[in-house]
Amino acid sequence: MKFKNKKITGICIILPEKFETFEENMSNYNFSEKKSLKLKKIMGYGSHRIADVSCCVSDLSKYGLEYLIKKDYIKKKEIDALVLVTQTPDYFMPPTSSIIQGLLNLKEDMISCDINQGCSGYIFGLMQSFMLLEQEEINKVVLINADILSRKVSKKDRNSYPLIGDAASITIIENDKENDSEIFASIKTDGTRNDALIIPAGGFRLKSSPETAVLEEDNYGNFRAKDHLVMKGDVIFNFVQTVIPSMIDSLINFSNIEKDDIDYYMFHQPNKFMLQKLADKMKVSQDKMPNNIVENFGNSSGASIPTAITFNLGKKLLTNKYKICLCGYGAGLTWASMLINIGKLNICEMIDYKSELK
Amino acid sequence: MKKLSEVKLQVISILSEIRPEYDFSQDLNFIEEGMLDSLDMVTLVNGLDEKFSISIDGDDIIPENFSSLELIANLLKKKGVRI
Repeated sequence: MKFKNKKITGICIILPEKFETFEENMSNYNFSEKKSLKLKKIMGYGSHRIADVSCCVSDLSKYGLEYLIKKDYIKKKEIDALVLVTQTPDYFMPPTSSIIQGLLNLKEDMISCDINQGCSGYIFGLMQSFMLLEQEEINKVVLINADILSRKVSKKDRNSYPLIGDAASITIIENDKENDSEIFASIKTDGTRNDALIIPAGGFRLKSSPETAVLEEDNYGNFRAKDHLVMKGDVIFNFVQTVIPSMIDSLINFSNIEKDDIDYYMFHQPNKFMLQKLADKMKVSQDKMPNNIVENFGNSSGASIPTAITFNLGKKLLTNKYKICLCGYGAGLTWASMLINIGKLNICEMIDYKSELK
Repeated sequence: MKKLSEVKLQVISILSEIRPEYDFSQDLNFIEEGMLDSLDMVTLVNGLDEKFSISIDGDDIIPENFSSLELIANLLKKKGVRI
């Protein structure tokens, strides 16, 4: 797929104030301290942001949007569409995007929609936003990627809990008639492997009940309930290592861009090891493909790509412009990538939830 | 008992550090027997990469390649390690 005359004009990351360190949770896992510390180094476990129990996706999103409005990076009346990508909505019904629209008293004459996607969700959201911008009536879209998955991961699951992080990102996307550089994108789906990353209970197939809340031990000493996220780590790892390098090669071929012209590879951040192996396989230097988000903030699902962009490039993006390859992969299974020029932004900033507007 | 090569002994040493409760010199399927899980495989790959100064390809990191000493040795051979 190709898009033209579109640009990202701002990125803001909203992080819950509270963080937990790997060391403070180490005793929850069925590991020796030595083994845990070894894994910490390999996987990049560090500190991860965890939202307070009272905080939902709409709270992080409202906070971030109010910040952007207060600082005059966007005006309420300019928002023609609000696209929210989340797998942890406030409710099954109504859409959380409607709740955000209401909380901020945004205009009625706008589109708001939720998209249920996880770690590929940034690319899904950007593509949806670009498609909306094809309509004459729509000139500015607010894309929110937000998840509070920590509440759906067992604290005694060493495969997932040390990695998970909560966050929201807000990306402002606009039409730009003078910008004729092309944006290239690709999305793929393999639903036959949908159980590789799943929360078995809580939907309509298997409703949450006292039984689904009971912790059960797996073969490797992890304790989780059916209400919790379960990840087949080896399946996901192999899926990523197998499909992503060829997808990126195809995207580069499709774009006719030289691989050397790509400044950065801002990929979803599941763990350090996976990204190092991807970079090796793709023959991309690790300077171009940062892998430092899990150790600093945790894997925040669809918000991890904009978090990687903001944490690693930050203020440089206010003055410079870079050709960036984005890539996300996860639940579905889905995987998606995009080649896009990003830069000369109005804002590229990380803020802590509840500390900026006091 | 068959004499094990130096490389296989080094592999056993890495495996034993990861899971000291098991005897990896036995002719067992390490995965089916539940001796290694996915995080153990990650730790093993990291250990092998460091020990033999190689980088095992990401798409080779599948349980089938780590289920026995012989298969791990084959993987090392593929990466140019002299067995």
